[in-house]
Amino acid sequence: MNHLLSIEDLDRAAIERIVSQAERFAEVSHRDIKKVPALRGRMVLNLFYEASTRTRSSFELAAKRLSADVVNFAASGSSVEKGESLKDTVLTLSAHRPDAIVLRTPWAGASELVSKWCSAAIVNAGDGKHEHPTQALLDVYTLRQRLGSIDGASIWIVGDVAHSRVARSNILAFQRMGASVTVAGPPTLVPRSIEQLGCEVRYTLDELPGADIVYALRMQRERMNDVWVPSLREYATWYQINARRLQPHQILMHPGPVNRGLELSGEVVDSPQAVITAQVEAGVVVRMAVLYELLAGARPQQASGSVRADVSALDATAGQAAEPQPLAGGRLA
Amino acid sequence: MTPAHPLSTGPAPAADLLLRDVRVLDPRAHIDTRHDVRVRAGRITELAHPATLAAEPGSEAIDGEGRLTLVPAFFDPHVHLRTPGQEHKEDIDSGTRAAAAGGFAAVIAMPNTDPVLDSAPLLRSLRDAAAREAHVAVGFLPAITRGLAGEQLTEMAELRQQGALGFTDDGKPVQSAGMLRKALQYQRLCGGVLALHEEDPTLSRGGAMNEGAVSVALGIAGIPTVAESTMVARDAALAGYEDARVHFQHLSCAASVDAVAAAKARGYQVSAEVTPHHLLLTEEDVRGMDTRMKMHPPLTTDADRRALIEALRAGTIDCVATDHAPHARDEKEVPFEQAPMGTTGLETAFSALYTGLVLPGVIDLALLVERMTAGAALFELATPVIEVGAPADLALIDLDAEWAAGEHGWQSRSANCCFAGRALRGRVLLTLSAGALAHRGERELASFQYGDLVGA
Repeated sequence: MNHLLSIEDLDRAAIERIVSQAERFAEVSHRDIKKVPALRGRMVLNLFYEASTRTRSSFELAAKRLSADVVNFAASGSSVEKGESLKDTVLTLSAHRPDAIVLRTPWAGASELVSKWCSAAIVNAGDGKHEHPTQALLDVYTLRQRLGSIDGASIWIVGDVAHSRVARSNILAFQRMGASVTVAGPPTLVPRSIEQLGCEVRYTLDELPGADIVYALRMQRERMNDVWVPSLREYATWYQINARRLQPHQILMHPGPVNRGLELSGEVVDSPQAVITAQVEAGVVVRMAVLYELLAGARPQQASGSVRADVSALDATAGQAAEPQPLAGGRLA
Repeated sequence: MTPAHPLSTGPAPAADLLLRDVRVLDPRAHIDTRHDVRVRAGRITELAHPATLAAEPGSEAIDGEGRLTLVPAFFDPHVHLRTPGQEHKEDIDSGTRAAAAGGFAAVIAMPNTDPVLDSAPLLRSLRDAAAREAHVAVGFLPAITRGLAGEQLTEMAELRQQGALGFTDDGKPVQSAGMLRKALQYQRLCGGVLALHEEDPTLSRGGAMNEGAVSVALGIAGIPTVAESTMVARDAALAGYEDARVHFQHLSCAASVDAVAAAKARGYQVSAEVTPHHLLLTEEDVRGMDTRMKMHPPLTTDADRRALIEALRAGTIDCVATDHAPHARDEKEVPFEQAPMGTTGLETAFSALYTGLVLPGVIDLALLVERMTAGAALFELATPVIEVGAPADLALIDLDAEWAAGEHGWQSRSANCCFAGRALRGRVLLTLSAGALAHRGERELASFQYGDLVGA
């Protein structure tokens, strides 16, 4: 594995390998000295174009526990605000020879693009509304801790599916691990054709009691720049997970940060069925496992030669399609 | 009101040329046979049996040996030459070089420049520039509304007197039905086709690709096809009511085809165009998030693509237009959602359609040539023909030539071509526009030079 760009790139065996590695690292978190030397001398660069507290600090903590050096680069207050392009920023930061770049951007596919521009391992920490693969991995980890296996489990993902990269990654990851997934939410926030990802679609919570796991999504007020629901009050009336709707046998998950009283009532957040803080805890060990998977076997970045030259060499190979592709024609035959 | 000379032609001198033993294909003249064709002072002066005419001293001769095909040169009613203001993407020189390399004898330039082409002085200056720089004939469509803002009509009558072929707000729709209706009414005074980019921005806003299975998998906001088709239906109804002449630009979906067919069945004065990329590519080609696949309207489903092909064959769609939309490399080297819309198309249009539609037997070559030249008549211009006495608007093509569209080697200033990396068949070797030599593929032509006769 060279990069972690999308859950789509992982099969069940790869997910299990990362989760099992995370279980081994969990033991470290309980030691007095919470550090192992696995990535000593390696550098992890956190490049964040969107506000994030928990994901960024979780990656930072994960890298530090593996003894890697960490550099945080936030887009606000940087050259990005002076108009520097993503490519130029990545090329410039590549001069520091990071072994891994953890990237969050508001743009789908940005991580994949960056993986073509530099030689560091790229970890997608959220690319627009596309994917957030480490979130899905830590959710699988959390459920495995709680249930052992999710084979055959019914998982409902409830809320603003349209704007959620967490939903997209988790639909794929949960299905790969043998669960069946239903998405539910207001019709304006469930994208057309979502069933093509293999999930069921519901517009009410009438059948929610049949779920084993309820995964509530955050209502992203910051993305609600158009009128998606008549009011947040009406949303809560129809879709809030509260004590009346949550069944005693169900596990409740949420990627955080929670809007109490909106997608979740306060009482369910504080109930023992909620594993929300366990998810946060899992974040560190799963991200340790991801960095370990990407970097432990790999050759460290060389300290000689020119990065720009490396990059342009990569560019040239990317530009030359080895074999020209045939054109549509055949499809019509 | 009809402008006297709506096309601007460049400074190249009239050509003298002998094309010996070439397959002459002109679907309108019902010719498809081997001939010798002589061009003298920019006009076709002789059509003779193959290998019977001799080259004249000082005049170039090319011997096709029956292997090259001569067709009326193509007409593209929809290109972005990016001048004034965006010359880092394209200008009249580079854009018309690209057109000539693709076998086009004439193109129509869109007005979404910086500043917008919405006034007579700017139109005059662009026509002057074209007279100095253009390699093929150029017509201009100034804006319908000032600054493309959709609020106030341009001085359409004065623009017509200065040579406006028609009007368009291309790049943007005329969102207000009331505004468009005024333009349709004003057409009774000034004439000129109104070319319409159809899109309801309240449906498309925020979208970067077609809404469907691929957009949901990529997490990219989708543009539903009804954003286009509802506007086509609305504006067809307005055109019918006002008995006005409109042309629908770059149709992308089956529902729009249905709306155009319904309007034509009622006898409304509507016409439509389709791009090579909408005829050959689908939303599946966007899966890799290659920004060269990002265009407006977006690539749609295979069912839509088939409906567009069927409509082109049936004549519901009248012509092919490239919507040649150059962008600089760094503008496209960004995440998909940030990238500007558009692909270049002039240099690949014929080859891509020949490879993708003619070779597999979906449409025949004569129909492709007809649809690639039909745009002229839609804009009240003479259609190029191959007959004695006609001005030489000709494209000479090697149908057997194989080439791969690449990252480099374009005549266009930009390389954002959606067909890059594809194996193509058929290449334009020579283009004559308004009697002047516009393009000459030196390397490709080398083996066909009738060298020993030139200047003998």
